Formats: sequence, structure tokens, C-alpha cells
Amino acid sequence: MADATAIPAHPLALPPLRPEYLREVVAGKDIGVIEQPLTLWQRLANQAWLRKAIVLLVIASAWELYARWLNNPLLVPTFTATLDAFETGMTNGELPEKVANSVVLLLKGYALGLALAMAFTALAIMSRIGNDLLETLTSAFNPLPAIALLPLALIWFGLGDISIIFVLVHSVLWAVALNTHSGFRSVSNTLRMVGRNYGLKGPRYIAKILIPAAFPSIVTGLKIGWAFAWRTLIAAELVFGVSSGKGGLGWYIYENKNMLDIPAVFAGLLTVILIGLIVENVIFRNIEAVTVRRWGMQS
Amino acid sequence: MNASGPASLLQVQGVTLQYRTEKHVVTATYRVSFDVYGADRFVVLGPSGCGKSTLLKAVGGYMAPTEGTMKLKGVPINNPGADRVFVFQEFDQLLPWKTVKQNVTFALQSARKLRGKAAEAQAMRYIEKVNLARFADSYPHTLSGGMKQRVAIARALAMEPDVLLMDEPFAALDALTRRKMQEELLQLWDETRFTMLFVTHSIPEAVLVGNRILLLSPHPGQVKGELNSDGSDRVDAASGRKLSERIHDMLFADRIEEQEAVHHG
Repeated sequence: MADATAIPAHPLALPPLRPEYLREVVAGKDIGVIEQPLTLWQRLANQAWLRKAIVLLVIASAWELYARWLNNPLLVPTFTATLDAFETGMTNGELPEKVANSVVLLLKGYALGLALAMAFTALAIMSRIGNDLLETLTSAFNPLPAIALLPLALIWFGLGDISIIFVLVHSVLWAVALNTHSGFRSVSNTLRMVGRNYGLKGPRYIAKILIPAAFPSIVTGLKIGWAFAWRTLIAAELVFGVSSGKGGLGWYIYENKNMLDIPAVFAGLLTVILIGLIVENVIFRNIEAVTVRRWGMQS
Repeated sequence: MNASGPASLLQVQGVTLQYRTEKHVVTATYRVSFDVYGADRFVVLGPSGCGKSTLLKAVGGYMAPTEGTMKLKGVPINNPGADRVFVFQEFDQLLPWKTVKQNVTFALQSARKLRGKAAEAQAMRYIEKVNLARFADSYPHTLSGGMKQRVAIARALAMEPDVLLMDEPFAALDALTRRKMQEELLQLWDETRFTMLFVTHSIPEAVLVGNRILLLSPHPGQVKGELNSDGSDRVDAASGRKLSERIHDMLFADRIEEQEAVHHG
């Protein structure tokens, strides 16, 4: 014990004894600021679209400056020249027509891919062999780029929409099935028990418990599937371009490259990007806003 | 217990429950028997590892006993069903994609008990009973833990089940909220006289909430006895000890013996 007092850093040392005190708290109205509205600048800085618009503006300016400095429209046309070509394409109706052709084809492939993905996943949920089938197929086909199947598709289905739809289905199916299935499997055990407690079984159980509970993963799958389908479509159109007399956006890019109309090539690429941005930021964002975000399943 | 009395609602007889893990078959309960009567607040109390939650799952129909029988109103329990509604400990038992009211109507409609306006009216009646009418159109993620549990209780009560199965429903709440919820539950029982099977590991909770307390020993769960409680933690005339102290001694007697064995060994 005598040692303990001699060494201050002893593990059994006690904290110093301090006097107690009590205070009256100040009433809320006397403090001043408890809730204050943000300034206009702070509120503007909170708008994601505004910040992104500024980023886009900076990139466009850098492009314009570089192209002017380079001064070679065959390699890099200026941003304004690209916009001009875009405007021309839009007004003479060529670009809208190509966009429509591409989008219609895309939607066909996407819808078919989603339907097959749903069928596969339902099968995987309801039986163990279905589960094994889906897992084997996704691990085999998901890493395979869909465009690699195009030569085969051309031999099987000929030069036409069916070949493109075939590769589109392939690009959508595995990504969506993989995400939906992993979403289903991560549904909490409590929710599963709740569903069964109220007598839900089979398709009703899938529709009322599994699909909504796995919706965040399903939306992710839909987004990935869409991006895969879009890039596969453009690539496929670049490879064999026109089918049944009407080409899509990929064909537009390819054709204008052959005519050395490089601003039009850039306008085609810009359109591809714009459609991608619109689908991601308008369509999917709104789907998320009225579902998973509203439900507090995603922040 | 006496033959001339009312018939029991839920009969559990000699139930042994086993579940499989990766490497073992674990016996959760061994030959557990008890009877729950109408309007009982029947508490299953035991330390962790006594298989009380597994027992409740079996009564819920989520697992079959390896030995023994379970009957509700004389009918053997085979599957989950809406005549035995669960209230879980986890807050995620509410469907996050449905509002408070929709969560209750969902239960009524899924079980094909009520539809349309009738389901809505029933839902609102029970949501009012748990004082959440103001939040009927809120989504669960905007509610506090205590409010979520109240919704779960309202949803279960709206089903008007034969027996309410409560799996430590207040264990994840803070102490003050838990105390308040226990009082509210007793008040609800006063109003509607439902029958419940309530699982907990808290002795004070068992004494407060239950009128009949089943004590289980751990590893595997075996019945150590059934005690009556009037909620006041009364002093037993014979032993001169409080009910909670008697329960504590009974449940932890083994552990003291174990410790002594270790000391002497």
C-alpha cells in the first residue's frame, strides 16, 4: 500500500474528487439562433443538379478551348461545331429517327430480358435445382461480353433485328437475374417469417414480400442491365450497322465516320451520352424517389 | 390443472426441439410441457440458451418438434398460421414499403380475414388503441423503435388471433420506453383480454407482465416450474421472499453450484 502512494501512475489510482455543481439552463428564446434558414448560396450549393451542371460546363469549356488550340476538326471538332452538327441532325430529322430506331430495339430486348430474368429468379427461389441452374448460368454467362455472341447470332438469325435482340437479351438477363436473386436472398428472416405468419405462400409470397423487400437490389439490377443493353446495342449497330433498311445511332456514328463528317460523329456520341444521362437521372432517379427512398430503404 | 376446470387453449406436451447447425444437432428444449388458458399472460422465462425462442417458433409453426405434441384448441400445430400472430424483437418486422395503416391492413388482407373498408376500419381501431392514429400514414423508417413495436402489436392484435406470440418484443428498446410499453401492454390486455405467450429473459419483465411464469433451465431447456404472479412482485408467505428473488434463486441455482464445483475441483 505504501508503494501505491509513491507511484502516481499506479493502475489503482483514483480520479481526483471534484465539487458538485448545479445550474439553471437558459430558456430557448434567449439563446438566439436555434433554427436558422440557410443562406441562398448554401441552398444552391446543396443542389446536386446545379453542382453537376457546373462540372459539365467546365468540361465543355475545356473541350472547346483544346479543340480551338488543336485546330484540326478531323481529329477533334470544337464543342460548338458538335452542337451545330447535333442541331442539324435534330432539325433534318435524321438523328431523331435513328434514336427512335435504337430505342425501340433496345426496349424490345430489355423487356424480353427482364421477363426471362424474372422467370429464372422465380424458379431459383422456388426450387433448389432452379437455384443451382441460375447460379451456374449466371457465373458462366455474366462475365461473357454480350457482343461476343453477335457473330454467332448473325449465323443463327441472319442480319436483322432478331440478332440484335438476342445479344440484348443476353446482356440484360444475367445482370438483372444476378441482382434480383441476391436481393431475394438477403431479405431478412424476420420479414420472411412475417409473410408466412399471415399465410403468404408461393407467388403471393414472392409478389408481396420478396419483390418489395429486395427492391433496392432489383433497381440496381435494372440500372446495370440498362447500361449493358445500351452499350451492347450501340456496339452491335457499329459492327453490322443497318438492318432492314433503317439504322440506329451506332449506324449513324459509323456512317458519318466513313464520310469524315467528324462533328456529326461527335454529335452521335453526344446523343448516346445524353440518352444515358436522361435514363439514369430522370427515369431511374424518379423510380427510386417514389420507391426505395420513400420507404427509407436507401438514403 | 383440475379436470373440471376450463379446457386449455394451447397444449404443449413433452416437446423436444432440435435444430441442425453446420456440424451439430442441437437440442434446444427437452420434453417441455405446459398449458395456456384463455386470457393468460403466459411468460416463458429463462436465461439465454434455454430454447425459449425456439419453443415460440415451434408454437408459431415454423419448426416441427422431434418429440411431443402441440395443439391449439385441440388441433395439432403444423404450419404458421394467422391464428397465432408473432410480435418479434426486431424492428424490421414492419414492411418498410407500407405505411403504418397499410402494414395492419396488409396483415388482415393477406390472411384473408377482412378486406377493403372493413380492414381499414379494423386497422384504425387498433392503431388508435396504441395511440398512433396521428402516424397512420407515416412510413416505418420515420418512427422511433418504441413506435415501431406499438405498430407491430397493433397489427398482431388487429388479427384477433387465438394467441399472441411475443418474442422479447421490448428487448431492443431503451429502459424508459420498455417500462412504458410494458404498462401499455397490460392496459391493452385490460381492454381486450387477449391471450399471449410472452418470451423474455428479464425477471422483472416476467413478474410485471405475466400472470403465469414458466421457468426454463438452460442447455437444453427443461421446465423448472410454473409460478403465479400478480404483477406486484409479492412476498411469498411460505418462504418470506419476493417472487423475483425466488425466480432468481431457481434459475441461477445451477450456476452457483457450477461455480462451486469449479472452485472445489
